[in-house]
Amino acid sequence: MAELFISISIWPWLAYTLAGLVQVTLIVTLVAVGALVFIWLERKVSGRIQDRLGPTRVGGRFGWLQTLADGLKLLTKEDLMPEGADEFLFRIAPYVSFCASLTAFLAIPFAGGSYPFVALHMNTAVFFVLAVLGLEVFGVILAGYSSASKWSLFGAMREAAQVVSYEVPLGMCAVVPVLLAGSMDLVVIGDRQTGTFWNWYLFHDPFTFITFWVYFTCATASVNRAPFDLAEAESELVAGFHTEYSGLRWSFFFMAEYGSMLAVSLLASILFLGGWNGPIPVASLLGLTFENGFWLGFAGNVLGTANLIGKGVAGVTVMMWVRWTLPRLRIDQVITTCLKYCVPIAASMFVGATLWQYAFPNGAIFPQSAAAYQVREPWNAKAEAKSAEAARVEKTASREPVATEFTSGRTAEAAPLSARTPDPAG
Amino acid sequence: MEAPIYWPTFFFLLFSAIACAFAVAVVVTPNIVRMAFYLVLSLAATAGLFFLAGADFVGAMQLMIYVGGTLVLLVFGVMLTSQDRFISMKTSGFELGVAVTLGVCLFVVLAYCARSIPEWHGMKAKQVSAVPLEPTAAPLGMGLLGARVDGPDRSGYLLVFEIISVHLLVVLVGAAYLARARGKKNLLVE
Amino acid sequence: MNSLVLASLLTEPVGVSHYLVVGAVLFVCGVVCMATKRNALGILMGIELVLNGANLNFIAFGSPYLREASQTLGLDGQLMSLFVIVLAAAEAAVALAIALNFYNSFSTIDVDRADQLKG
Repeated sequence: MAELFISISIWPWLAYTLAGLVQVTLIVTLVAVGALVFIWLERKVSGRIQDRLGPTRVGGRFGWLQTLADGLKLLTKEDLMPEGADEFLFRIAPYVSFCASLTAFLAIPFAGGSYPFVALHMNTAVFFVLAVLGLEVFGVILAGYSSASKWSLFGAMREAAQVVSYEVPLGMCAVVPVLLAGSMDLVVIGDRQTGTFWNWYLFHDPFTFITFWVYFTCATASVNRAPFDLAEAESELVAGFHTEYSGLRWSFFFMAEYGSMLAVSLLASILFLGGWNGPIPVASLLGLTFENGFWLGFAGNVLGTANLIGKGVAGVTVMMWVRWTLPRLRIDQVITTCLKYCVPIAASMFVGATLWQYAFPNGAIFPQSAAAYQVREPWNAKAEAKSAEAARVEKTASREPVATEFTSGRTAEAAPLSARTPDPAG
Repeated sequence: MEAPIYWPTFFFLLFSAIACAFAVAVVVTPNIVRMAFYLVLSLAATAGLFFLAGADFVGAMQLMIYVGGTLVLLVFGVMLTSQDRFISMKTSGFELGVAVTLGVCLFVVLAYCARSIPEWHGMKAKQVSAVPLEPTAAPLGMGLLGARVDGPDRSGYLLVFEIISVHLLVVLVGAAYLARARGKKNLLVE
Repeated sequence: MNSLVLASLLTEPVGVSHYLVVGAVLFVCGVVCMATKRNALGILMGIELVLNGANLNFIAFGSPYLREASQTLGLDGQLMSLFVIVLAAAEAAVALAIALNFYNSFSTIDVDRADQLKG
């Protein structure tokens, strides 16, 4: 986007600032509007599940504006702080949470192709998103500690234990699509799943299918949604870490929670559900690709963005459905679920997916699309430039990107491993 | 001589200012949870410096393991071992004075050494922009498996990697053993 | 010379030495923290700062943007800092376990109270 502004000849620094502002505005809008819609949706979903109607009056037929009215009420509330609280940390904690959840959206792409819709096109995007989402817990811990209330402290300690535990299986599950795509770049991972839905990594093999459900469970736990919302646990801890908060600061915690729910759902969509590639490739059927011109491709990307956000909202809705259906677990049950079930399952699925990829590099059940993304590493390119032989190998093996990487990458330095690593015997 | 501002340097200064300021704040504050909070900000800014130096994988790793894992663990430990509502242990002024004096001396020596070598003063903007942007994650992974792709006569780290893996396992078991609840004695205390 | 450094601070790319100075600040802060805090976990935080300063140096010496590519450590710098990060996590886990154990026995984590073996 900065290139666009530079091309209409303004100062480079102004161009970068403008591009940054546009992207940040879009992301903030997504998170804020997302929170508005999700809170309304949560009420409607919970209402329907409990055989009620939910909000019906504010703003016309379906209570559309209920959240806005709530927001106004929250704005006018007094900003209370308990007497013994650590003032600085108490004030800053909600913003820490919110910043973490907002930053995760920086690296999430909304459409791929030659001009991906992403604020920060990172080579290690999967890792970055998981890392930043893990920081959200800090706001919660600070809030719990600084409130000088035992409910808050208990909530925060539970949250710390839970989030640190659940990051392990979450990371293990996220590694499986990374392994299949041969890249940690979310744009690449999304683009590798183009075409119809059997190209999605969800249906790549039985192991990825199970991995997706483990991922979704762990993601629900890592964003503190019921049945894993031990940090809030109304029946035991009043309201957990945000017991002492009111008004705008309290609502920031909720924006952060709904923001990170959307973020993990979007991540799940990109990793397993094809991202911006629909069940049916509408955009490419209509010819809306970058091969046919920039603006057609742009229109296709807008469609893809709508598709991805639709999948993300669907994921959040499932989380709500789960919340209003299942009872809350006890803290020991939560940790047991993580360490005794999720971690071993995720680990064995990882091994299984590796072996499957080794046995059927082209996909076994549904043939993978031949136009899959080619993994190109720098040393790969160097080797290609050096010899035409390497290029030929690459061509014949273009359906096996991982194998290609090793064959052409290692030709230049084929020295055995033992010669390179120090010998333990001496 | 109005030279245009070089923006990477601007961000370097921004991140390093945050990192240094909060590192000093860690030393100064007596409240241990605030210490942890300042340490988080300092380490996150250091991750920003890693990104600026082209080490994107290490930067993300720093955010994930250091800030997201190690420090959460630390704060958890603080909460488990706190007696008062807000624990703070004061150091005497004399001790602080000695430590700060020695620290400043050490810093002057280190900074003087760092500045005294002209080759370390940085390149020209043109040279820097000529450096290609290369992803580091895959070469790092290959390096950990013993195959170096960035230089023909550089050694891999397979053995180190394996030792560290075993080490981590031992640490996991050892820490769990050390921190386990001590049956009856603990019940009585509670 | 000093004024030259300041004048070119915003208009020229940074070099290894700039990173080293920042690393030195972190290192010194960590050392002072280790020396002055009596809380075991505070000392642990000082250690993290020291390790981080060292890490910054490794990254600086390995970066192709800070000095000519032929003179850098290449990936070695990044690999070393990866090892440091991982080992710091392990060290924090063990130290925390020791601190908890200590707290179980003495109901404090003031390191000056660990003087049972004093003659």
